[in-house]
Amino acid sequence: MASRSHPDAGSFRLSMLINDTRYRRVTFQIIALLLLCLAVGYLISNLLTNLSAAGLNISYDFLAEPAGYDINQRPIEYTSQSTHLRASIVGVLNTLIVAILACVTATVFGVIAGILRLSKNWLVSKIMAVYVEVFRNVPVLIWIIIIFTIMTASMPAPKAFRGANAESSMLFDMFAFTNRGVYIPAPQFANPLFENGLLNWVLVIAFLLLSFLGARALGKRASAEQASTGQRPTTWHLTLSIWVAPIGALMVIMGLYFDYPALKGFNFRGGLQIRGSLIALWIALAIYTGAFIAENVRAGILAVSRGQTEAAAALGLRPNRVMNLVILPQALRVIIPPMISHYLNITKNSSLAIAVGYMDVTGTLGGITLNQTGRAIETILLLMLFYLTISLSISAIMNVYNNSIKLKER
Amino acid sequence: MGDVSFVRTQTLPEMPPPVAEQGIVKWLRENLFSSVASAILTIIALWAVYKFTAFALPWIASGVWNTESLAACRNVLDGARGACFSVLTERWNQLLFGISYPAEHYWRPTVAFVLLFFAAAPVLFFDLPRKFLIFTGVYPFIAYWLIWGGTILSPAIALAGIIMGYFVYAKFIKSSFAVAFLGGMAVAFIIWILSGYIVPAIAPENPFFEAVPSRNMGGFMLNMILGTVCVSLSLPLGIVLALGRQSNMPVIKIICVFFIEFIRGVPLITLLFVANVVLAYFFPPDSNIDLILRVIIMITLFSAAYIAEVIRGGLAALPVGQYEAADSLGLDYAQAMRLIILPQALKISIPGIVNVSVGLFKDTTLVSVISMFDLVGAIRGPILAATEWNGVYWELFMFASILFFLVCYSISQYSQWLERRLATDHR
Repeated sequence: MASRSHPDAGSFRLSMLINDTRYRRVTFQIIALLLLCLAVGYLISNLLTNLSAAGLNISYDFLAEPAGYDINQRPIEYTSQSTHLRASIVGVLNTLIVAILACVTATVFGVIAGILRLSKNWLVSKIMAVYVEVFRNVPVLIWIIIIFTIMTASMPAPKAFRGANAESSMLFDMFAFTNRGVYIPAPQFANPLFENGLLNWVLVIAFLLLSFLGARALGKRASAEQASTGQRPTTWHLTLSIWVAPIGALMVIMGLYFDYPALKGFNFRGGLQIRGSLIALWIALAIYTGAFIAENVRAGILAVSRGQTEAAAALGLRPNRVMNLVILPQALRVIIPPMISHYLNITKNSSLAIAVGYMDVTGTLGGITLNQTGRAIETILLLMLFYLTISLSISAIMNVYNNSIKLKER
Repeated sequence: MGDVSFVRTQTLPEMPPPVAEQGIVKWLRENLFSSVASAILTIIALWAVYKFTAFALPWIASGVWNTESLAACRNVLDGARGACFSVLTERWNQLLFGISYPAEHYWRPTVAFVLLFFAAAPVLFFDLPRKFLIFTGVYPFIAYWLIWGGTILSPAIALAGIIMGYFVYAKFIKSSFAVAFLGGMAVAFIIWILSGYIVPAIAPENPFFEAVPSRNMGGFMLNMILGTVCVSLSLPLGIVLALGRQSNMPVIKIICVFFIEFIRGVPLITLLFVANVVLAYFFPPDSNIDLILRVIIMITLFSAAYIAEVIRGGLAALPVGQYEAADSLGLDYAQAMRLIILPQALKISIPGIVNVSVGLFKDTTLVSVISMFDLVGAIRGPILAATEWNGVYWELFMFASILFFLVCYSISQYSQWLERRLATDHR
């Protein structure tokens, strides 16, 4: 009987393909692969038939043709004569702008709301609970439209700012809230180092990054000294000068000044115009996702067991050190992974821009370019490719991070 | 020296606790004014609540409920601040059923909606008799017949196919799951394909319920249809994908991983674009698949990927011992999954599945972007564009928000109740 359950390799029968676990795996996989190929082949043959029936083809030539439409928010140079490709790049940049703004703001809202919801103050914690429940349970599209309506229907028109006794006035003579958007002072350089405006800002960011690295190195050295001597050197003045001096010098060299918005004719000139669509998308994504982040933060802090706090207190640590050295490092391990997936959600939800006419990549490539060229398959493929790249790279970063903070047991 | 020693012979009566340590004062001190910072927060919060109420309450209280247009409403208000809720009463049916659903048939989706509660009850509450599940099984066909109308033969034959398939499955399940499952599917498909030829021939000229084409569906009804249909369809698909992703067969695993990561990596809007403009290219040239069905396909694929990830989490959370125990009992893969692994994994996944479902239900509003007139689409399109109601925003968006809030909040409360109910582990 034993030989029946372990037949020799030589005595292969066809029924073993389905009954013998050694071969069954292979059989199933081949069947699955065949089915997949059949399905894909069927879909593609349908596609080809339909395309040829409609006299269409798959081609990306349209990317090099002039786009012929205007984009109201242009982080890089763009005219209606620029190509569809450039229009898409403008869209991509606009997507990234609103995504980054919303991620930062959502984190601030979420952390504040999450901590306040744990507050011992009954009223405050209840208000935060209401905030979280109300915003989590209503579609983000409705929030975007509501805030867009506030920005366009409830704000005064620029002409309300005119005249000796105008109906509306600017805040501190610097900010103007109008139904065409919010005007804020624009930082400008009198004698920029580069012709291209963007490169100057890259330089500023590079300086800030260097300062950050310098301040971190300083902090590490101070910690090392504390570990060896027991005394932590006072470093705050050095840290402050590392942060302030380089960027200050750069600003002086480049001649920073602010261009204030001013009413000229029927509209505001100068300054930086933040359109209502950007604000609607930004704020709505931030408060909506902020509610989710608040729940994560709360869960993360609650996940640190009470014993940890008590043990730290028993060691004689003061409350803020308990927070910094014991609770936060453990809570962050729980908070950060879902936080990153919320950032991903913000990026994906920013595609709702199309509902309020913000020209992100869905509005340019997947909106006007698609409608003008009729190249639905190509544009939507490119659109998906863009979002996939962002998602997969953020997931990759997240995996690296997760591995680095994983509890190292035994 | 006189004797001043004193021994108390009876206990003193109990003193009342200090004022600051009892009743409302104690509560206020502990919960609102425990420290300076807390007191400041309380005052700021009180001020904000007051400001909000003082702003919103008069507006709601002096609302007008029965005028024909915004101008008439403004007339009634006579310059005072107040809401024009009359847009809700006047456009009530459009908000709920969409613009072009025939008015004389409004009762049909309403009945379907009421029946939905009876169909969902045995699924949601385990204490109800299991026999009620029969109605749950029949409900989709009744609901389809009620909402879309047309001949009763199509849903009836679809149901018949499933019943026959189930009989075949029940007959063979004792011998092998694969044979029973594939046999059941085959029988069901044969019946459906045959009915495709028979039904058009024998369908009556004037069906009992007048047929309503899909493009006439709209309003909150459309959100409900998309939400319930897509969630129920994506659950089995999600389970299959999750099992595929956990499989030890590399080809199947790779297919599932690719599918899940692709869907999760792109926004729902792009998938809706696919449904709107691309998907038709992938069907046979003469097939005429309407937009609502294409949207259901894409949203189902979308949520299936997310549900698959949730269930994968549940599968991974099970101790390996459970898998090994199933193996050592001599159960094959289908039996082990059906009897041992999935019941436990699904139980762990319930909160996640509910979260995905709530998110999906909220995301059904995105169909307004591809110009379907769901609740949001109906508000932004026909209602706000109409001359009578051009300019009433808040009342309409408030209504939409409240509707979604009610549904989503009650689902999440249910999920919390269920979690407590299912917590069988010892704490």
